[in-house]
Amino acid sequence: METTHSNAPYKTKYEKLIAEAQSTEMILNMGPQHPSTHGVLRLELITDGEIVKEVIPHVGYLHRCFEKHAENLTYQQTIPFADRMDYLASMNNSHAWVMGVERMLGIDKEIPKRIEYIRVLVCELNRIGSHLIALGTYGIDIGAFTPFLWCFRDREHIMNMLEWASGSRMLYNYIWVGGLFYDLPVGFEERCKEFIDYFKPKMKELNELLTENQIFISRTANVGILPLDVAINYGCSGPMLRASGLKWDLRRVDEYSAYPELEFDIPIGKGEMGTTGDCWDRFKVRVDEIEQSVKMIEQCLERLMKDLKRTPDFDPRAKLPKKIIPKAQDYYLRAESPRGELGYYFITDGKSEIPKRVKARAPSFNNLHVISEISRGILIADLIAIIGSIDIVLGELDR
Amino acid sequence: MSFDEVKDLLISKFGEEVIVGEERTGMQPALIIHHDRIAEVCLELRDNEKTYFDFLSCLSGVDYGVEENMFGVVYHLSSIPYKTQLTLKVKKYHDRSREELPSFPSVNEVWKTAEWHEREAYDLVGIYFENHPDLRRILLPDDWEGYPLRKDYKAQEYYHGIKV
Repeated sequence: METTHSNAPYKTKYEKLIAEAQSTEMILNMGPQHPSTHGVLRLELITDGEIVKEVIPHVGYLHRCFEKHAENLTYQQTIPFADRMDYLASMNNSHAWVMGVERMLGIDKEIPKRIEYIRVLVCELNRIGSHLIALGTYGIDIGAFTPFLWCFRDREHIMNMLEWASGSRMLYNYIWVGGLFYDLPVGFEERCKEFIDYFKPKMKELNELLTENQIFISRTANVGILPLDVAINYGCSGPMLRASGLKWDLRRVDEYSAYPELEFDIPIGKGEMGTTGDCWDRFKVRVDEIEQSVKMIEQCLERLMKDLKRTPDFDPRAKLPKKIIPKAQDYYLRAESPRGELGYYFITDGKSEIPKRVKARAPSFNNLHVISEISRGILIADLIAIIGSIDIVLGELDR
Repeated sequence: MSFDEVKDLLISKFGEEVIVGEERTGMQPALIIHHDRIAEVCLELRDNEKTYFDFLSCLSGVDYGVEENMFGVVYHLSSIPYKTQLTLKVKKYHDRSREELPSFPSVNEVWKTAEWHEREAYDLVGIYFENHPDLRRILLPDDWEGYPLRKDYKAQEYYHGIKV
């Protein structure tokens, strides 16, 4: 086949695939308004009956020109835009952005401990919220309705707490360069502790209902197996990469913020129900990560209530730089968002308050790319299971 | 392996002319590679057991400004076994003529990550990648005019009768 078509006048692989689809094959559009594509994603499927022969993702429906905006706004003004990239984990996005700017300014070592701990606390809360959505919607994708409601019920507590701290439910603009928008409200730590005590048994319930459910296992085990070498070559990161069996977490590798002082494990996929790197493993890694986040939150709360307790004269805006003008340099910062390696690449000229070029490396962008590799020759119903297990957020994919 | 060791390794393997410069001013030093040799350099860095840069973190197309008329691609490599990072750059003068785009070899054979990232650089900065299997626009519509992240970009006035 290869040799006969190598001279055909096709400019791109896409044209070739579409033109060479056989008359017995059907080209099927899934999305952009499909409920289980998690947003405005369009997948073009070349199908032979129920078998998917090729998946061609089309992205960009939610492109909001993040990089262009960032080239026209100051660093502080871009934080709300960074929030809107991955709208399920705004705190993690702005944390990464802010860390990058602080390191370029050279003030990252001067940030008070209390601020670092508050940042990690809200980021981990947000990570739990984001993973709860991933787990809940994954359940609904493959036919389990109840876990969805349970996850949203628990996430609501997190939303309320973060709203209490920052003033908005999803897009917080809470972490600022050099500090925070405001200190935690009085009573936040206690409320958070209450939530953790309430939440721990709920995860056990969720596991009994969904993770160890035989129907769920049959739908996800041995489906969409992502081998480790493919995952690395395609630049997959986060739970995707860890589910394939690699202990790789930037919170441990890069040791940023308050993470080196916290104790936590890195869950990886072990192929308990099928093969390492299948959909069930990706689901399970997220479940385990919630447990680890809970552990981290407990440690943060302990320190925030003891030696880093709030004092009347503590001002989270004290270190805020008046003018943010980093030296002329290039800097790439990577951090672990709930979906994987989130990177910002800055080019600054040392004269203006506006970066010359910003590139955002969104984890979903690379995680989705691999879908055409792992979805050849599967059933259409399994494709739904695979998309859900990747846990894409189109806001960050399209930027 | 440190930055200097990587540099020595590349010089001993490919000769002096493969490295055309280096940038050490910032926190992350970068090697500027000759623009025609980037694919083979990347392949060597990925497969050499002393470096093992098996993970491409990020690939960014850059327009360095209207005065310089310089275009470039920046590669952020990461090694999972050694936990090291490396920045490579390629740069090329280009007069912004409409007919031909600045062109660099594709590294999509080395890391598949590059396939979509190069499509993005083509889409937004207007950089052509030789030997890329599927160079189409990715974030913008196929019939969009111009490359928005170029410094001299002016948006078209109407797109299918809709004011931009």
